[in-house]
Amino acid sequence: MYKLLLCSRYLRTRYIALASIISVTLGVATMIVVNSVMAGFSGEMRNRLQGILSDLVLEAINLDGEKNPEAQMALIREVAGEYVDGMTATVEIYGMLSFQYAGQWMTRPVTLVGIDPGTKADVGPLVDYLQSYHTRTDDETGKTLPPERDKTSPPTWEMTPSAAAYRTEWARRQKWFLEQLREEQKRHGGLSPLEPGIAATAPAQEGSAEKPADAVTDGDPFAGDPFANSGVGTDLAAHQPDLADPLPGRLYVGAGLISFPYEDSETGASRTEYMVQPGDDVRITTVTSGRPPKEAHLSGTIVDVFKSGMSEYDSSLIFCNLKYLQKVRAMTHPEPGTPVVVGTSVQAIVPGEGASFIGTVTAIDTRSGTATVQPDASEPVSGDVTVPLASLSAVSRSFTSIQIKLKDYKDALEVVERLKAVFPASRYSIRTWEQKQGPLLEAVEVEAAILNVLLFLIIAVAGFGILAIFFMIVVEKTRDIGILKALGASSRGVMSIFLGYGLSLGLVGSGVGVISGLLFVYYINEIEAAIGWLTGRKVFDEKIYYFKEIPTQVNAGMVIWVALGAIAIATLASVLPARRAARLHPVRALRYE
Amino acid sequence: MTRQSVLEPNSLPGMGPDETFPIETLPMSDTQIAAIAIEKAYAKGRIEVPVLRGVDVRIRHGEFLSIIGQSGSGKSTLLHLLGLLDAPDVGEIHLDGQRIDDLPARTRDELRNRVFGFVFQFYHLLPELSLLENVLSPLMIRHNLWGYWKHRHEYVDRARRMIERVGLGHRLTHRPSELSGGEMQRAAIARSLVAEPRILLADEPTGNLDAQTGQEIIDLLRQLNAEVGLTIVMVTHDPKIADQADRTVRLAEGRIQGLSEAA
Repeated sequence: MYKLLLCSRYLRTRYIALASIISVTLGVATMIVVNSVMAGFSGEMRNRLQGILSDLVLEAINLDGEKNPEAQMALIREVAGEYVDGMTATVEIYGMLSFQYAGQWMTRPVTLVGIDPGTKADVGPLVDYLQSYHTRTDDETGKTLPPERDKTSPPTWEMTPSAAAYRTEWARRQKWFLEQLREEQKRHGGLSPLEPGIAATAPAQEGSAEKPADAVTDGDPFAGDPFANSGVGTDLAAHQPDLADPLPGRLYVGAGLISFPYEDSETGASRTEYMVQPGDDVRITTVTSGRPPKEAHLSGTIVDVFKSGMSEYDSSLIFCNLKYLQKVRAMTHPEPGTPVVVGTSVQAIVPGEGASFIGTVTAIDTRSGTATVQPDASEPVSGDVTVPLASLSAVSRSFTSIQIKLKDYKDALEVVERLKAVFPASRYSIRTWEQKQGPLLEAVEVEAAILNVLLFLIIAVAGFGILAIFFMIVVEKTRDIGILKALGASSRGVMSIFLGYGLSLGLVGSGVGVISGLLFVYYINEIEAAIGWLTGRKVFDEKIYYFKEIPTQVNAGMVIWVALGAIAIATLASVLPARRAARLHPVRALRYE
Repeated sequence: MTRQSVLEPNSLPGMGPDETFPIETLPMSDTQIAAIAIEKAYAKGRIEVPVLRGVDVRIRHGEFLSIIGQSGSGKSTLLHLLGLLDAPDVGEIHLDGQRIDDLPARTRDELRNRVFGFVFQFYHLLPELSLLENVLSPLMIRHNLWGYWKHRHEYVDRARRMIERVGLGHRLTHRPSELSGGEMQRAAIARSLVAEPRILLADEPTGNLDAQTGQEIIDLLRQLNAEVGLTIVMVTHDPKIADQADRTVRLAEGRIQGLSEAA
């Protein structure tokens, strides 16, 4: 009983000891804040990585791809169907992105990923990363505009209304300029040829869009598109009568590829300048899958901007429509042996015109021996075409990877094992997203572990502070200890006073630490804003980190461990002084001056 | 049993055969507490300084005994040994005919709490606690939390009675630092009484007080001795104070020099 009373009295009267636990409090609070923020960041990062990569990826080692994705997916279903939630075949290839900004061609290295948006959305939250699904801030008015697409609507290759409007306006101006140029040419009789690359000039930002006269002063606008006439590139004029229509290639471009941050010299605010935007056209150069690989050109219209917050991806990834990429890369191969049924990809020839196209069989009429073929969206032919069945030849589209979403990520390793058993390791690599990003995740974990050790050392230092102050208190209380012993208190009782004192200091210290740490985490964005306001400098720039707010994730287990650790250190630090107190000889203690 | 041998006064070391000295004549049956052939030395640096060199004291039930001697005569040490605050190098302490100095630490703690009450020259109140809490502290030490909680009303009543008895009823919530020397000594006496001890050991209870206040304390002790029959062993260096006891043991250089009975 007296132990409790004395503990509480010492706690209330020895402010020096309270000062010593401030370091415990600070240590505990810091650990909680740092761990929560780190967990928040890495959790966010993992989410994004997983979202982009999907749970499991089966990759063809050969960049030329492997044939017949449907058969491979069927095999996956057969082997591990009970775990699989969704699958999508993709083509991944390196390439170079070219676009015009401020009258200059820019080239950037990219990873081009051909996807089918519908099935891709099955394996990862693609729409979360597309800008048309997010609110935007109008640069001029500063107002927040509502998202252009609803989260529930699946991703498509269609332009948003604003992008379409932008493109229509660009096309109108472009046409007007071309008219003017033609007039001009008639008058001057074509004195000087037009510089190449004008007609295909993307409707770039203000500079070139509003003052194209610099670049387009003379020459034939249709003369020199280096892309349009080369390789597999489609002839623009042939099937794109209206400039306002998007090109056959449709792209989601990583935000980092087409934008750069800068500081507004007037306001000092950091802003992002987009060099091209949805509705603009860009060029991508890559290689075909043939022997030898030849250059392949893909012209596309930016449909959306992709921004995941992982700069590694945002500054390298471009998603494009899979079938068009397969066509550009010559990844469709005739498969003479395959029977043509409904759903088969086929090569067909438009009756009478002789234009060959690739499409999917939607219906077969055996009586008349004809089949209805829906041409791929990227084909110059539109609308269902009925052709003689005999003229169709089945084609197979190659793929380079199959992304798999599992029902429960826990089973990932099991699925990997099963797939490895059926897919030869010489041709396929099968990895979970964690294995793919192993070094990064490991680095983050090691970083967190080291930080935790260092921070715990702060608490350990606080422990030594408590030790020193406790020795002082024991010396100061020597006579009182003598009295207690004279009154019949046992050595253990005296010891437990000081152990209890240490424990209660630890409890108070870590309790206050936990509360203040959690409060800090809870109000971290307000605190960040306040610090930013005080110092006039933004602490956390969402433009750099791609997060609107500082992500935090409080782990109850972590909080409990930190608190227990701090309490244990405070108690341990009081063991030595408490033993000293317990061993004091009562007579000597009473005589102590 | 060594009791028989140590009862022979002539067997004490350092005594000539013809020397006369007061012999402890009290029969063991009347003795409440006895120090038998006590020797005790303290180490001062590397030198062993003998403090008690064979002391034999027997104290009756309900006796008011004073131990007088100069500084360093070993009178405080003797009191500490009697109260089990320290252990003798040689000799034994007996309570009601039972040896108690070799009991396990836990039992000795228990005896200090239940049988002995201590009053010190410098009062030794705990500065963090109020007067009432100080007085209650022996009871708190005696019981665990639950045991104390069950009887808390009874104990607080008892402590209040004791405090009123020593005349400090109006000072219950004061801290020791807010009390005068005499008041603190009264509080210390109240504290020693609250545990209802059988023997009160007072070490220079008046040593730090002026003559009048000291006399008040002695009167209080006398009164307790008379009314409750409390055995009191008081150490003092002041003959005037010592003379007020029933019996006085005179210590010099670690030996008993004389015994005197009050008239």
